[in-house]
Amino acid sequence: MNQQHTPLWEVFVRARRGLAHTHVGSLHAPDAELALRNARDLYTRRQEGVSIWVVPASAITASSPDEKDAFFDPAADKVYRHPTFYEVPDGVAHL
Amino acid sequence: MSLVISCNTKGMYGNDFPGEDPPGGLLGEVEAAEAALRAAAERGRGDAQPGDDLAAYFTEVVDADQKIEPRDWMPEAYRRTLIRQIAQHAHSEIIGMQPEGNWISRAPSLKRKAILLAKVQDEAGHGLYLYAAAETLGISRDELVDLLLDGRQKYSSIFNYPTLTWADVGTIGWLVDGAAIVNQVPLCRCSYGPYARAMIRVCKEESFHQRQGYEILYTLAHGTAAQKAMAQDSVNRWWYPSLAMFGPPDGDSTHSAQSMAWKIKRFSNDELRQRFVDMCVGQAEALGLRIPDPELRWNDERQAHDFTQPDYDELTQVIKGNGPCNRQRMEHRRRAHNEGAWVREAATAYAAKRAEKEMVTA
Repeated sequence: MNQQHTPLWEVFVRARRGLAHTHVGSLHAPDAELALRNARDLYTRRQEGVSIWVVPASAITASSPDEKDAFFDPAADKVYRHPTFYEVPDGVAHL
Repeated sequence: MSLVISCNTKGMYGNDFPGEDPPGGLLGEVEAAEAALRAAAERGRGDAQPGDDLAAYFTEVVDADQKIEPRDWMPEAYRRTLIRQIAQHAHSEIIGMQPEGNWISRAPSLKRKAILLAKVQDEAGHGLYLYAAAETLGISRDELVDLLLDGRQKYSSIFNYPTLTWADVGTIGWLVDGAAIVNQVPLCRCSYGPYARAMIRVCKEESFHQRQGYEILYTLAHGTAAQKAMAQDSVNRWWYPSLAMFGPPDGDSTHSAQSMAWKIKRFSNDELRQRFVDMCVGQAEALGLRIPDPELRWNDERQAHDFTQPDYDELTQVIKGNGPCNRQRMEHRRRAHNEGAWVREAATAYAAKRAEKEMVTA
């Protein structure tokens, strides 16, 4: 049986003008052009998007769940990055 | 264990199926499942930390109705069960293109032909969403395709029945897609994230399928006497095979209890079958068609319809490969795959040649 493993692509669709591209799923295709065409047929049959990105899955570098601790820790102790950290005196507006 | 019992109670049943006929119907339930998925994500939960008891963490996430994601630790049996279930679901979508594809060239009008083409294309799409979800569990697409072509994995037995008349295209939409939706709506709440997300997408598209089928039958049932007879004959042939789509009765179901505990499966086969029968009764009345079951009647005590069970021996025979179309379906699938080989080869060769050229000019 003839089998050729074509690369896996991750598909991102921008639903409407003004929104960011969002990951919608993945597919197999031999090259970028066919990946785009397949993505159109697979993920936008009902006008779900105005723009598509396809990215070779092998090109994605992911943070690993078991590194979670060290990787995201720097953000955990910086509550002062959120506006809710600050106390606003009564009566002060437009802040 | 207590979890399994609570899933079987009427109370739980009510959670996913609010009211007898909720506004928005099944589509409303899919949207509710999508909202629940988002809410569960909002509740947040850190990933497992080094040194954590991974099995306990897995159970905690499942118990909290949150989602297991591809790189999380999971019990091997959970992974295997999901691969088997998602793959068989994907194979069913792919094989399911055949009975309806049979009528594309003979659809009675250009409008019906365009609709049927779109529907069959959707089935291909559903197969691909599901294969992609299965691949996140560490099995390759090639392996999945081989499992189907070699007959090592099954697809839904319903597609081993023939589509003899145009009315069958309507009945498949109404009864077969209807049964599939009843089965699939709870899967939108499955504990495995990629499967749940794929099912939300599939269910939203399936509701078009069910309605187009119902419209075909409604048109036939309100046409000439011969058209109405054709519609009735079709419902007569598909009713019991559709009931059998929910699988063997609970007492004989081999995978149920564990799948319930893992929240892969949310309701038992018999609960879903009952739900389907109760839905169909009113829909058949509006069609003016008869459900071919002399024992079908409302049971006030149970607040549900009594009905005749499908022939489970027949179901077993069809699953074993002895249905009316098993061999034809598999032969067709293998032939289509082999005849497409040169296209895949050409596309791969072209991609390789272009990649080489880019290397030279770079």
